[in-house]
Amino acid sequence: MEKNKTCRRLKTSIWKEVLQDCLPMSAGLIPFGLTCGIMGRTAGLSTFEITLMSAAVFAGASQFIAIGMLSSGVASWGLIVLTTFLVNLRHLLMGAYMAPYFLKLPRPLQYLLAFGMVDESYALTVSRIERKGYDVNYNLGVSSLIYIIWLLATFLGALFYQSIPDPLEWGIDFALPATFMVLLIPRLANRTALIVSLVSALCAVWGTLYLPGSWYIIVAAVAATLVGGIMERSKPNER
Amino acid sequence: MNGKIILIIFGMAAATYLTRIGAQLIFAHAGMPAWLERWLKHVPTAFLTALIVPELLLPQGYLDLTFNNSYLLAGIVAAFTAYKTKNVLLTIVLGMGVIITLNKLIL
Repeated sequence: MEKNKTCRRLKTSIWKEVLQDCLPMSAGLIPFGLTCGIMGRTAGLSTFEITLMSAAVFAGASQFIAIGMLSSGVASWGLIVLTTFLVNLRHLLMGAYMAPYFLKLPRPLQYLLAFGMVDESYALTVSRIERKGYDVNYNLGVSSLIYIIWLLATFLGALFYQSIPDPLEWGIDFALPATFMVLLIPRLANRTALIVSLVSALCAVWGTLYLPGSWYIIVAAVAATLVGGIMERSKPNER
Repeated sequence: MNGKIILIIFGMAAATYLTRIGAQLIFAHAGMPAWLERWLKHVPTAFLTALIVPELLLPQGYLDLTFNNSYLLAGIVAAFTAYKTKNVLLTIVLGMGVIITLNKLIL
């Protein structure tokens, strides 16, 4: 009895935490999803097709790129699928980071959590891990809420695409980098972290200028992680 | 409904899922070596930085370090707010306030 109660209280408090962390982020996610729906319709996809894309692919940046390719007439299956794969390669790094937590869980749950691993849910879950430890319910809650928001926003954007002014024109897309900033800045507490961040920033700027698509994210993340790993090895006591 | 588009969507979904499950499939069999775990500790920091910085410094695709770049100014305000308060909502509101003020009222 007593245990049951504690259990339930724990679950409610997790949901409160999920809502609290997801709501500010949705200020950035909703305009992004609306824009995805609007752009999909503008490129000639039906409301069903663009909503299906958000439901099945669930990866904003690659969806925008695919829509761009479709509307510019580059509609070859192989090229779009290959581009999607390359743009999303960064998930391999995120997945490798999450693997020690995921691998302790039952298989079906692992596969489900992997599907829900997007930039936003990954960033929130990692920050939760460092504050309080890993919690499956938190991870699942954050992923499903972000999934629902993404799906609904795409659908509504597609449905009302003629009557909504372009939300990105207002700079509302700034909400996502702002959220990431609150997650990043507390991490920069020691010298290694600061240098990792600096290397990543320089590589990302260079990559945005000279590399195609989203390659800058992968290049910056790999280069900065390597530098961090090397510094870690030469200074085994710093945590 | 366009069959070609549906096939493209399913292809994209499969390719994306492969990138999400790939790391687990590898480490489920091989186990994760300790050195890799030490390196991966820095992935979130590197990754978050790579997501943020180009949005602020190159919002139009070219390097813009002038006062005309509202994202950069909003980013400075947001970074300061994030550092002082750690409050997500306040950081977003202040940052977006700067962008909207600059874009719609001044420029």
